[in-house]
Amino acid sequence: MKKTIAHLKRGEHAIIKSFKETDVPLKLLEMGCLPGNEVVMMQSAPFQDPIYLNINGTHLAIRRETACKIYVDPHG
Amino acid sequence: MARSINVALIGNPNTGKTSLFNRLTGLNQKVGNYPGITVEKKEGVCKLDRGLKAHILDLPGTYSLNTSSLDESVVVETLLNKNSRDFPDVAVVVSDIENLKRNLLLFTQIKDLEIPTILVINMADRMERKAITLDIDLMEQELNTKVVLVSARKNTGIDALKEAITQYKTLSTNPCVQSSIIDPAYFDRLRAAYPNQLLYKLWLVITQDVNFGKVDRNRDFENIKKGSFAIKSEDDLKKLQHKETVVRYQFINGLLKKVHKIDAANAKDLRSKLDRILIHKIWGYLIFFMILLVIFQAIYDWSSYPMDWIDQLFASISTFIASSLPSGPLTSLLAEGIIPGLGGIVIFIPQIAFLFFFIALLEESGYMSRVVFLMDHIMKKFGLSGKSVVPLVSGTACAIPAVMATRNIEDWKERLITILVVPFTTCSARLPVYLIIIALVIPDQDVWWVFNLQGLTLMLLYLLGFGAAIFSAWVLNKVLPIQRKAFFVMEMPAYKVPMGKNVLITVVEKTKSFVLGAGKIIMAISIVLWVLASYGLGEQFTNAEQIVTQKYASQGLTESELEQKIASHELEYSFIGYIGKAIEPAVRPLGYDWKIGIAIVSSFAAREVFVGTLATIYSVENAEEETIKNRMKAEVNPILGGPLFTFASGISLLLFYAFAMQCMSTLAIVKRETNGWKWPAVQFSAMTLIAYFAALGAFQLLQ
Repeated sequence: MKKTIAHLKRGEHAIIKSFKETDVPLKLLEMGCLPGNEVVMMQSAPFQDPIYLNINGTHLAIRRETACKIYVDPHG
Repeated sequence: MARSINVALIGNPNTGKTSLFNRLTGLNQKVGNYPGITVEKKEGVCKLDRGLKAHILDLPGTYSLNTSSLDESVVVETLLNKNSRDFPDVAVVVSDIENLKRNLLLFTQIKDLEIPTILVINMADRMERKAITLDIDLMEQELNTKVVLVSARKNTGIDALKEAITQYKTLSTNPCVQSSIIDPAYFDRLRAAYPNQLLYKLWLVITQDVNFGKVDRNRDFENIKKGSFAIKSEDDLKKLQHKETVVRYQFINGLLKKVHKIDAANAKDLRSKLDRILIHKIWGYLIFFMILLVIFQAIYDWSSYPMDWIDQLFASISTFIASSLPSGPLTSLLAEGIIPGLGGIVIFIPQIAFLFFFIALLEESGYMSRVVFLMDHIMKKFGLSGKSVVPLVSGTACAIPAVMATRNIEDWKERLITILVVPFTTCSARLPVYLIIIALVIPDQDVWWVFNLQGLTLMLLYLLGFGAAIFSAWVLNKVLPIQRKAFFVMEMPAYKVPMGKNVLITVVEKTKSFVLGAGKIIMAISIVLWVLASYGLGEQFTNAEQIVTQKYASQGLTESELEQKIASHELEYSFIGYIGKAIEPAVRPLGYDWKIGIAIVSSFAAREVFVGTLATIYSVENAEEETIKNRMKAEVNPILGGPLFTFASGISLLLFYAFAMQCMSTLAIVKRETNGWKWPAVQFSAMTLIAYFAALGAFQLLQ
C-alpha cells in the first residue's frame, strides 16, 4: 500500500510525491502542496480529523478525506 | 481641487492587510456591502503628498485569483472590470515576511494583469527575531516593481508606502510570469481571437467559473465564455490551473533563492509550542470551553449593568417628556412610541460590543482557526464547521450579535444555515417568560434529593433550544439547494498579540452597522406596535374611562386601581386587543385565551414584553413577579373552566416560546445580513409553524 499524508505520524517529515489533480483542491496547491515539497505532520484532532500540517512552510489544516489522497515519500 | 486615485489593498488572509488599512485611513473609513451581495466592502481615504488623495479599497483576503468563494470573486471582478468605479489605478499587494513564498503567488497573478502593483512586505519587525534577510534591490529588479518593507504593528515604513503610491505612474506594468507557456497552442488561438484583450485577463475569465460557478456580472465577457473557448473540459481547465500554479511557484522559488535568506538555527517557533496546548485533545477543548464561558458571562451578565442603565435612562426620558410636554397624541407618540423604540435599539449595544470585542480578540490573535480545527469534525456532520460554534453559543445570550458574528464564516451556505438556526438557541429574553411559567406549572420539589424539578425544566429548555438549532442545521444542509465548496483547507496562522486599534475599530463598526442597519426596522415596527396597542375603534375604546368608572363606581377603588382597570379595558379594545381576539380560535387548541393571544402578538417587539403585557391586561398594580404569578394562577379558562395555566397549557406556552421567532430585532438583523426579506420571511414562517405545532401537540397530549 502506498503511503499518504493520513498515514504520517506526529512529527514525521515526508516529501509530497503525487496526487490526482481532481482529488486535490486548487486552493491546497496554492498553499504550497506541490510534488517535491516537504510536509510535516504537526498534530491531529480527535478521530484524526482534521489534520494539521506544515507544508512548504505554511501551517494549515485539511480534512482526513483529502489527506488520504495525497501520496508521500517518507524518506524525504 | 485635490486629485484622487484608486488604490486597492489585496493580500492573503492573515497578512495584516486590515491593520495596514487602518494605519493608512485611521477612523476615516466606511464599511458597507458590495451591491447585491453580503460581502463586506471597506473603503477609506488617505491623504498623500502634493494634494493627492488616495481612495483606498480593502479587498477581501484571497490566496489567489482562482476564485472559490464569493469573497474571492469580488477581488477578481474588481480587477477585471476596467469600467468599474472601483478599478484601481494602483494595486498594493500585502504580504508578510514569514509567508513570502505563498504570498508572492497572488502578487505574480496581479502583476500579470498589467496594473501598476506595489509589493508590501508586512511584519518586517519580525525579520530579526526570525533571522531573515532580504535583498530588496534585487527583488525590485526581478519583480520589476517597487517593494516596500513595513510594519503595520510598529508603524514603520508607512511613509515610504505612501510615497510609492504617490509615484505610481513610474511603476512598470510588465508581467513577471508568462502564463501562456502552460499550453502555448491554446493561448495562441485565444490571442488570435481577441487581439485587443489582455491574454491573462481572458484566461481568468474563462477559468473563473471552474472552481466557483456563480458570479459574473460583467457582460463584456459573456461572449468569451459562450464562444469556442469554452471547449476545454472542466478537468482540462483544472489541470491547466494546476500547471499555472506550478509554473508560478517555479518562478517564486527561483527568485527567493536569490534574495531571501533564513538562518534556521536562530528561528524560534512559538506557534508549535502554543498549538501543542491550545489544540490538545483534552486541554484544547477545556481551554475553548473556558473561553466560551467567559464570552457567555460577558454578554449574559456583565452587559446587564449597562443595559439596566440604558433601560432606566430611556424610561426616565419618557416620563420626563410625558410630564413636561402638553398631553396629546404627539407627546404620547414620543413618550410611548419613539423613545421606547430608540431604547429598544440602544439596549442591544452592550451585548454587541462585548461579543465583538471577544471575537475581534479571537480573530486577531489567530485563535479562531484553532476553534475551527477543534470543532470541525463534530460540526461537519450537521453541515456546519467550527466557525459556527461561536455564533451558536453566543446566541444563548442574544441572537442579534450572534447573527452578526456569522460574517466570519466564509462559506455562504454554512453562514446562511447558521443565521437561520441561531434564533432557536435560548436567548436571555426568553428567560423571564420561562421563569414565570415554570414557577406557575412545574412543582417546586426535588427529585433524587439533588435536582430541583424547576431547575431541571429550565435546563431541558436550554438543551431543547440547542438541539433544535443543530437538528434544523442538519435538515437545512440536506434541503437547501445551494452549492458549497466541497473541500476544507484552512490556514493556521501564527499567534499574534491583538492590536488595540483593530479591536476598537471592529467594535465600533459592528455597533454602528447594527444601529444604522437594523435600527430603522426596529424603530418602524415598535411604532406600529405602539399604534396598535394605543388606538382602537368604537365606543368601548374611546369611552373606556367612563365605562370603567361607572362599572366600578360602587366598589370604592383607589385612583391607581381604577387607572389599572382603565388601561386594561383600553388594551382589550385596542387594535391589538382585536387581533388577540381574532386569533383566539387559532390559539385555543394550544390552551390559550385571547389575553395570552394579545401578549404573544405584542411580545413580537421582544419576548420579555410577554410578562409586562399580561400585567397590563390583568390590571395588576405593580409588575412584581409574585403579584403577576398569583394573578395568573387565578385566571380561569373561559371554555374548559378550571385554571387557565395548567401543566398542559404551561408546557404548550414554553414550547411555543422555545421555537417561535418572536423577535423583530432578530428579523431586522437577518434581513440586513442576508440582503433581503426572503430569508427572514422563511425563518419567521418556519419557526412559527414549528412552534405552533409543537405547542398544539403538547397541549392536546397532556390535557
